[in-house]
Amino acid sequence: MKRSLLITLALVVFGAHVVLASTPKNTLVIAHSIDEIITLDPAEILEFSGAELAANVYDRLIGYDVDNVSDIYGVIAENWNISGDGRTYTFNIRKNITFASGNKLTAEDVVFSLKRVILLDKSPAFILSQFGFTPDNIAETMVQTGDYTVKITVDKPYAPTFFLYCLTATAGSVLDKKRVMAHEKDGDLGYNWLKTNHAGSGPYILKKWKPSEIIILDVNKRYWGEMPKLKRVIVRHITESATQRLLLEKGDIDIARNLQPDDIKGLAGNSDITVETRAKGAIYYLGLNQKNKYLKIPQVRQALKYLIDYKGMESTILDGKATVHQAFLPKGFLGSLDETPFSLDVEKAKALLKEVGLEKGFSVTMDTRNVEPTTSMGLAIQASLALANIKLEIIPGEGKQTLTKYRARNHDIYIGRWGPDYMDPHTNADTFARNPDNADDAKSKPLAWRNAWDIPKMTKQADAAVLEMDSKKRAEIYLALQKEHQRVSPFVIMFQDIEILARRSNVNGFILGPSFDSNFYYNVTK
Amino acid sequence: MKVMLNVFTPRSLSKAFKQTIRLVAIVGVTFLGLLLVTFLIGRVVPIDPVLAVVGDKASADVYDRVRLEMGLHLPLWQQFFIYLKNVVSGDLGISVLTARPVLEDIIRVFPATLELAFIATLMGIFFGIPLGVFSAVHQGSFLDQVTRVIGLFGYSLPIFWLGLMGLMVFYAKLDILPGPGRIDVFYEEIVDPVTGIMLVDSILAGEWEIFWNALHHIILPASLLGYYSMAYLSRMTRSFMMEQLRQEYVLTARVKGIAEWRVIWGHALGNCAIPLITVIALSFGTLLEGSVLTETVFSWPGLGLYLTRSLLNADMNAVLGSTLVVGTIFLSINMFSDFLYKVMDPRAR
Amino acid sequence: MKDTTHSQHGGVTLKLKLLFKLKPWLLSDTPQSAFQASAGRAYLGLLDFLNNRLAVLGLLIILALISVAVFAPLIAPFDPIQTDLSNRLQPLSKTHFFGTDEMGRDIFSRIVFGSRLTLYVIGLVAIIAAPVGIMVGTVSGYFGGWVDTVLMRITDIFLAFPKLILALAFVAALGPGIENAVIAIAITSWPPYARIARAETLTIRQSDFINAIRLQGAGPVRIITGHVMPLCMSSLIVRVTLDMAGIIMTAAGLGFLGLGAQPPSPEWGAMTASGRAYILDHWWLITMPGTAIFMVSLSFNLLGDGLREVLDPKSEN
Repeated sequence: MKRSLLITLALVVFGAHVVLASTPKNTLVIAHSIDEIITLDPAEILEFSGAELAANVYDRLIGYDVDNVSDIYGVIAENWNISGDGRTYTFNIRKNITFASGNKLTAEDVVFSLKRVILLDKSPAFILSQFGFTPDNIAETMVQTGDYTVKITVDKPYAPTFFLYCLTATAGSVLDKKRVMAHEKDGDLGYNWLKTNHAGSGPYILKKWKPSEIIILDVNKRYWGEMPKLKRVIVRHITESATQRLLLEKGDIDIARNLQPDDIKGLAGNSDITVETRAKGAIYYLGLNQKNKYLKIPQVRQALKYLIDYKGMESTILDGKATVHQAFLPKGFLGSLDETPFSLDVEKAKALLKEVGLEKGFSVTMDTRNVEPTTSMGLAIQASLALANIKLEIIPGEGKQTLTKYRARNHDIYIGRWGPDYMDPHTNADTFARNPDNADDAKSKPLAWRNAWDIPKMTKQADAAVLEMDSKKRAEIYLALQKEHQRVSPFVIMFQDIEILARRSNVNGFILGPSFDSNFYYNVTK
Repeated sequence: MKVMLNVFTPRSLSKAFKQTIRLVAIVGVTFLGLLLVTFLIGRVVPIDPVLAVVGDKASADVYDRVRLEMGLHLPLWQQFFIYLKNVVSGDLGISVLTARPVLEDIIRVFPATLELAFIATLMGIFFGIPLGVFSAVHQGSFLDQVTRVIGLFGYSLPIFWLGLMGLMVFYAKLDILPGPGRIDVFYEEIVDPVTGIMLVDSILAGEWEIFWNALHHIILPASLLGYYSMAYLSRMTRSFMMEQLRQEYVLTARVKGIAEWRVIWGHALGNCAIPLITVIALSFGTLLEGSVLTETVFSWPGLGLYLTRSLLNADMNAVLGSTLVVGTIFLSINMFSDFLYKVMDPRAR
Repeated sequence: MKDTTHSQHGGVTLKLKLLFKLKPWLLSDTPQSAFQASAGRAYLGLLDFLNNRLAVLGLLIILALISVAVFAPLIAPFDPIQTDLSNRLQPLSKTHFFGTDEMGRDIFSRIVFGSRLTLYVIGLVAIIAAPVGIMVGTVSGYFGGWVDTVLMRITDIFLAFPKLILALAFVAALGPGIENAVIAIAITSWPPYARIARAETLTIRQSDFINAIRLQGAGPVRIITGHVMPLCMSSLIVRVTLDMAGIIMTAAGLGFLGLGAQPPSPEWGAMTASGRAYILDHWWLITMPGTAIFMVSLSFNLLGDGLREVLDPKSEN
């Protein structure tokens, strides 16, 4: 009896393993780390993978060319015009759009969606409320003027691209008002329902979301644009790079999204697999707390900028995942500064430290998130600071824990990654170069505040930049701002993120944009 | 078998009743203690719980509003009573990570763990008990030594490491077993969850292809867990059997000329049944613990993975909720085996 | 054991002579003193233990581990923390016996220094958990009544959680780190010791000699610390030794999940976790620390098994 059971078991193990050479023809299977998604409501989404999901389920008023960001065009809006005083935008809405539910998309839905962001006041609300919209004034500032026309009035004559780019963010997604309001409970504007559901007009609809497990998208049969080629997209949550690589090599998935440099290297020479890269907007930086008696010395700040092995990290632990970048605007943004004046120069750093009598070095701590590549970067920085006798103690911690400390300004050095929220330069200038109130109980807590960097003058310059209507002049303001920033700021800006995507070679057409809310699936074929 | 008959006399019934009452009281107190422990853990976390909800980029107004909504301005004892009230009414809070009620999450992910632990226990019983019996009967034999070594290895090998090695060998190199996960990715969501147990659901839906696929996926993680279960069960069986084989009735039976295999597998093993059941129950509980690391290694979407993910994301409601649930299950298993032992075993009475 | 006897009874006699005399003295059927009797028992136990080859092997590995930890700076050819990005992921070689890791650190040196962390964890846990357990257990068993009920209820609450999961929850609360991992493991380790100590105490409590001591007017504190606790020691030592492997694995598990020792410290579990990313092309990153964990846990299990047979033969489990 036992023997026959053993034989059965052996058969099960070795005989019957069904090896499918590839995934089904009409389905795209993606391995991606998606555990950061905590909501599917566009009025609340701020995470990278959430933004990507929303981009494929919802349409926004306007979009931009992923290869030429300055080319802004209408999506749901057919066209728009701006009043002479630069404060009123009138959008004409396309008349041929239906939502996945079958409801017609009209100006009412557009106004509802934008108002809802202000009324719900969730984390991304600042993207719109920075234009002066409040729950009290939206009745006058966001108005439906016809079945297919919308008029929006901002509080100051901002550079038009600033406002338009903000509308391309996830928060600008247009929702199906009838469908959302059908699920309203206790005046929540459908918030609790939409957290786990969809009400869009995009190429795909959400079939299933199991948090930290899987997302399944099915094609939207009523899509108003060109029909997507593939019927279904499955995004499976897998964090480990090695696992993603294995699944990709075996053909169990079509696309791997989170491969680490060493696994990319391991894939080289495999003709079944093609690797694509795209520079993203996120920036790796060190924040030096100005409350620390050493770090507040200008020479020390500059010395630290010469004590980072930018090239060494770029070519090893970050190989292909990041590129050296030393100004607060990422490459690809209006007015970005591509100069990299700093490199590992121990002698120069030592000379700077000697100027202030610190040639014997000092001790300082760095709060480091316990995720890769941050941990490895921390170790490399620890090693290079030691060359100038600076003893860096790494305090590892879970992300939210280090962030809690950072926001309370209790750190010495914080190693961080900052992603822009929209494609306008103000998104980063706002946080790296603005600090309206440096008091401990200040209301807004931009990165400059978190490092206790009091900069009334630079704040004014950054504020002026958003009111400059001429793009060229505006770009010059930002260039000057960044040069000054490099010279004096307590931020050691090191790298810009690169997204790596590895796909089976027969899978084509995945659109990788400069931001996660411009990664699109609709064009994929296999 | 004689033991069973004794159970239903009026005296033993009233005694059993009293014991049950006592047990319920003990469980109640212990459960309250569990709650207090999880509550206190939740309050000393060096993580701003509001931040965990609203994220880094929320405005100050949003932050203040959420803080009030979460009741964090209330005194600690008041917060505990709110927590207590919520837990008793089945409200373990909302998970930050999944935006859903923690209890709902746990109900959704738990069947996967149960499935894994169940198959592993079956494997443990299937191999562990015969091995234990053999080595008790043939003490000092080669097989006995093997059992001993298996046991020692089982207590000494880090399960996460063994799991990784298993994946490396059987999936990456030999390619005879599938990779991590419960089923191949493109089979996901074809079968509607009825029981939540993939092997059962696929049969119910008549999807045999998916059943086979799921069976392949469970082999490696279940064998690993099963190995630990086997190590434990074989060791316990061996000692129970050795005790039984020393008893007089074994000698009597042998003298009577009853076949040796019947003496061993029938009489002696039969008398080990009750302690074995309690031991199996305990090992099942231990497997729930082992699943934390196994599920992490195998991306197995069960309670263990849910717990570690919540931990790494400081999702305290989910962490404490799952700790509480596992604690409760563990407690019930312990109490159940205690109870079984007391009621069924004449010596303990 | 032999040496103590030597200094006590040997006096000025020649060593050689003593050795001949010692054996019959130890094995005498009619011991002249209590000391002789217990020395004889210990000697027999030692013989038993030495006959158990596996247990001796375990002991030898543990002794090796301790000396590696003590002499780590002399043994390790490289700094375990110093990174060298130009030298990362090197395979096994004469300079790097176990290769280098993703930060270019010598894995052999890291494992050598990691032995210190392993000893640190099990040592601290044993120092914290065993006394707490024995205290709670003896007090509970000696006094009985409501003291017993309350203490045992608390013990049960802690026993109700699976160890790793409770440790996880504590680490979540305290924050990751090796000290917190030690505290968390200690908090989850003491209840079984309390149970054992209580059971032993219950059997000792009513024994004649305790009654005799009580009649002489000794207070409960003196009885517990002076007479009950020493008698609980042998079964406790066995249990603690057997637990060592479990403690090592829990610590490694915490390290693996990123909640125990934090980088760059060369903790074996954390090394396994970071090596996981390189499993496909660089097998040595994960194999070496995993093997180290296995060897050390196995040796503690072997030793514990051997000790149990000598010290606590009645309990098979």
